[in-house]
Amino acid sequence: MTQAFRIENSGLINRDKKLSFKFNGKTYFGYEGDTLASALLANGVHLVGRSFKYHRPRGFFGAGVDEPYAVVQLYRNGETEPNIKATEQELFEGLEAKSVNCWPSVNFDIGAINNFLRIFLPAGFYYKTFMWPKSFWYRIYEPFIRKAAGLGVASIKHDKERYEHKYEYCDLLIAGSGPSGLAGAYAAAKNGAKVILAEDKPRFGGSLLTSDVNIGNQSGKDWAEGIIAELKTMPNVVVKNRSQIFGYYDHNMLVMSEKVSDHLPSTKKYHPNKRLWYIRAKEVLISSGSIERPIVFGNNDTPGVMLSSAAKEYLKVYGVLVGKKPLVFTNNDSGYETAIEFKKHGVDPVVLDSRKNPESEIIDEAKNLGINIKNSYVVVAAQGYKKVKSADIASISEDKKQLGKIENIQCDCICVSGFWTPTIHLASQSGNKTKFKEEIDAFVPGQSKQNEITLGAANGVFSLEETLKTSFTAGSELSKKITENDNKISIPNVVEKKSSQHDKFWCVPLPKGKNYKRFLDFQNDVAVSDIEIALREGYRSIEHVKRYTTLGMATDQGKTSNLNGLQLVSEIENKVVPAVGHTTFRPPYTPVSIGAIVGREVGKHSKPTRKSPMHSWHEKNNAVFVDAGVWLRPRYYKRGNENLFEGSKREAKNVRTNVGVCDVTTLGKIDIKGPDAAELLNRVYTNAWLKLPVGKARYGVMLREDGIVMDDGTTTRISENHYHMTTTTAQAANVLSHLEYYLQLVWPELNVNVVSTTEQWAGAAIAGPKSRDLLQKLFPNSDVSNEGLPFMGYMEGDLYGVKARIFRISFSGELAYEVNVESDYGNFMWEKIMEAGEEFNIQPYGTEALSTLRIEMGHVAGSELDGRTIPFDNALEGLVSKKKDFIGKRSLQRSAFIAEDRQRIVGVVPLDKQTSIPEGSHLVKDDKAPLPNPKLGHISASCWSVEYDNPFSLAILKDGKNMIGQKLFAMSPLKNKVIPVEIVSSHYVDPKGERVRS
Amino acid sequence: MLYINCPHCGMRSQNEFSYGGDASVKRPELNKEVSDQEWDNFVYNRKSLRGKHLELWQHISGCRQWIKVERDTATHEIFRTFKADEEVA
Repeated sequence: MTQAFRIENSGLINRDKKLSFKFNGKTYFGYEGDTLASALLANGVHLVGRSFKYHRPRGFFGAGVDEPYAVVQLYRNGETEPNIKATEQELFEGLEAKSVNCWPSVNFDIGAINNFLRIFLPAGFYYKTFMWPKSFWYRIYEPFIRKAAGLGVASIKHDKERYEHKYEYCDLLIAGSGPSGLAGAYAAAKNGAKVILAEDKPRFGGSLLTSDVNIGNQSGKDWAEGIIAELKTMPNVVVKNRSQIFGYYDHNMLVMSEKVSDHLPSTKKYHPNKRLWYIRAKEVLISSGSIERPIVFGNNDTPGVMLSSAAKEYLKVYGVLVGKKPLVFTNNDSGYETAIEFKKHGVDPVVLDSRKNPESEIIDEAKNLGINIKNSYVVVAAQGYKKVKSADIASISEDKKQLGKIENIQCDCICVSGFWTPTIHLASQSGNKTKFKEEIDAFVPGQSKQNEITLGAANGVFSLEETLKTSFTAGSELSKKITENDNKISIPNVVEKKSSQHDKFWCVPLPKGKNYKRFLDFQNDVAVSDIEIALREGYRSIEHVKRYTTLGMATDQGKTSNLNGLQLVSEIENKVVPAVGHTTFRPPYTPVSIGAIVGREVGKHSKPTRKSPMHSWHEKNNAVFVDAGVWLRPRYYKRGNENLFEGSKREAKNVRTNVGVCDVTTLGKIDIKGPDAAELLNRVYTNAWLKLPVGKARYGVMLREDGIVMDDGTTTRISENHYHMTTTTAQAANVLSHLEYYLQLVWPELNVNVVSTTEQWAGAAIAGPKSRDLLQKLFPNSDVSNEGLPFMGYMEGDLYGVKARIFRISFSGELAYEVNVESDYGNFMWEKIMEAGEEFNIQPYGTEALSTLRIEMGHVAGSELDGRTIPFDNALEGLVSKKKDFIGKRSLQRSAFIAEDRQRIVGVVPLDKQTSIPEGSHLVKDDKAPLPNPKLGHISASCWSVEYDNPFSLAILKDGKNMIGQKLFAMSPLKNKVIPVEIVSSHYVDPKGERVRS
Repeated sequence: MLYINCPHCGMRSQNEFSYGGDASVKRPELNKEVSDQEWDNFVYNRKSLRGKHLELWQHISGCRQWIKVERDTATHEIFRTFKADEEVA
């Protein structure tokens, strides 16, 4: 298959390597080094999609990141990715792509009927029309709009590609490898600075790849190649292509997305698909260049109308002619450069220049080549539907208001140049307040905000000589500050053609009687008329105009449309452009794949998984695990076909009748040492701590300063100045920070050290009436009798040669102990407990049984200590000292906290003794009351009481103290349940607490 | 992402720290009569300044020290950092 638009002797592609690819099901050929866009153009394919709103045919407009049209769905190695710009996607063998936003096909698109209905689809159409009737939105409007609109389909499969994050630091980060970036990098590298040079395209060199200039007696392209080759050999330089710096954040942190594998048929083994770089740079050189600006005229969205710089790039980089009868429409000298390239390759262009009598070296060269130039001429409208067939052109008056007689001229493409827009996105993101530069009719960066400097075309400087001079100097100066080296670099001679001024012409007036659509935003189909409507309807702020019309809101973020939009608003409003101002530039500069942003933090890597030392034992013994924060804890140990309810009931019952063992390693543990340790505890906990003897544990509650309960747990005095604090699993980290806060900032005079020992100790709770017998068997040489180790006692023991800590504490309400050993012996301890416990019918129990046991005993846990309750609410006011001060005490005097009808914990039993009450249910007086039914309280935790064999719940209830015996309703609209209940004491089992002391 | 100079460890990224609020707040002394207004000012009332602000951060994934950071809340510029016991002049 021949490529009708590919020419010999031009381009940087590898003609020795032919690649086949498919577009919309049809097979084509291209070369290594092509983009999907250049390969399609080489094959004469101009129709690549349909527009967003009117479904008008769409071709190629640019040749890079600014492309508004050629967005395709890509298929690669069994995966699919939407929103891929054909102008950026490099060709690989077997590439497959499809058009988006068209159905059933790009050639025959039903949605194109919108084009004929367009008078009904002006700006704000959606806001105005789909409002009514309301019920139609979900059923009819939204599904229809969704089907008809959109730019591709996201894959719903798990992405098997890998993405990496990388953190990097450098002295100088350079965004863009055009002349300014290369010069800056070279000078800084020579001074020994650590440099990162980033280029979003596969090839380095930027404008030097396509411009006809000479640097140091070489072509610009050869000079660029030489610099890059030298930079690559330097150990202090990182040179990255296919890498887009898309965000400039606080404190000189920039983020770059590197496409590692997108240009290959499949990702290499052990390679990521993309790599996201977080770069902290001491200095940043923004050399992001500029993007050509379109001129607005009738039907300027027809395939075949494109930027003149893109036409030149296709020709010089890819050896592709975008047309064989080109029409160049320009208001400056750039159009002539494109025309000259056409002419040099045997194609005769016609140049329309809106200026009356421009003179420059470039124009002279075009004239000498015999190019047909028409001055004071403009394109009024492109003609042709799926491809440009001809153009209506006319002369224009000096004031650019009056058109002459309209003529039609045959052409197959229209290359437009409305001068250049500096790419100021990164500078603006850094916080730099941009300023308007009159002579280029565009915004440039103003005063540097962070350590950034913008040079070259991005700063509105279009002379190569000046760009190189300032960039070499900047590279030297910036690096000298950091490395204190000063290696002089001679700035090479530059030969470039001088160009003349552009005339700021940007929009062709409509001829009388014609109503051509003149587009500003090509991706979102925003036309001149839409902006006019928005202003007519009273929108004034450019930010509002943007959102109402969607100008610049597409995936290209208005790279080609913003300035022309501003021109129009300023013209209608009769203001100057800087007074209108531009919309805010926000990261990302260009779309970034979600996979790259997420990186490796997917699936089980999205958070760390913490396991106790006994985890493998639990696994072997059929534990069903549950996430407890980042810990995995056994929820119950499944026997046969048991479900959670049956299993946990069995386990809980066995604790009440025999003995059970529970892995409590996850509890937070903090080692507290120092002469003032007791004083610290006395200030942190609500109860008294100064008189706790060595070898004793005490239960304590700590508050936040606002009086709300923060955490609870037991703390044990190991020796005179040494305490072992336990916290709940969830609050472990917060409690440590809390203690550090008071020790470092509030009471630095206290001589205390705190350190987390959560991971140093493995813990097993042994609970049940037979627990003492088991303990005695485990520690035959220790006196664990009720006298030797009373309730809340502590001792050290010897577990088959392993040092153990034994605490007589209970969460289950039964006679219970907690044994701790160093983590490495955790599994050993657990196996010994199970072995010795066999004769006592020991069973391991999980978190579900643990909850059941504590709920029916009325012990509070996280569901009651939920950040909204004070000690009184949890029936813990007995632990609040009246004598001493402590954190949060003053807040307990707040009127709401001492109100007569203050909420308080109660027990709740369903009247039928059968129906379990869903957690979160509301307690109400009257189940038939009109909504909103006044809520008296809520169910915080529910269980099946194994003691009484009926459901039991805890609730936080208004005036709970006086509600015992009352009949209420528990309502759960989510579960559609209304359950009549009786309020009882929260201490449902063993209210006197005799068992723990037995 | 902010770049914070921990007085103990040097320049570190923000994701190693956790924020601790206004550093100028002084906790009333223990065992001292405190009026409702004074206590409310301590627990709840903050100025929410725009501009220079002295605030607390804890180097939670580093040395675990609480530090004071003088930062502009509008521009995020950090002027100075101090150890917990350093007097801010």
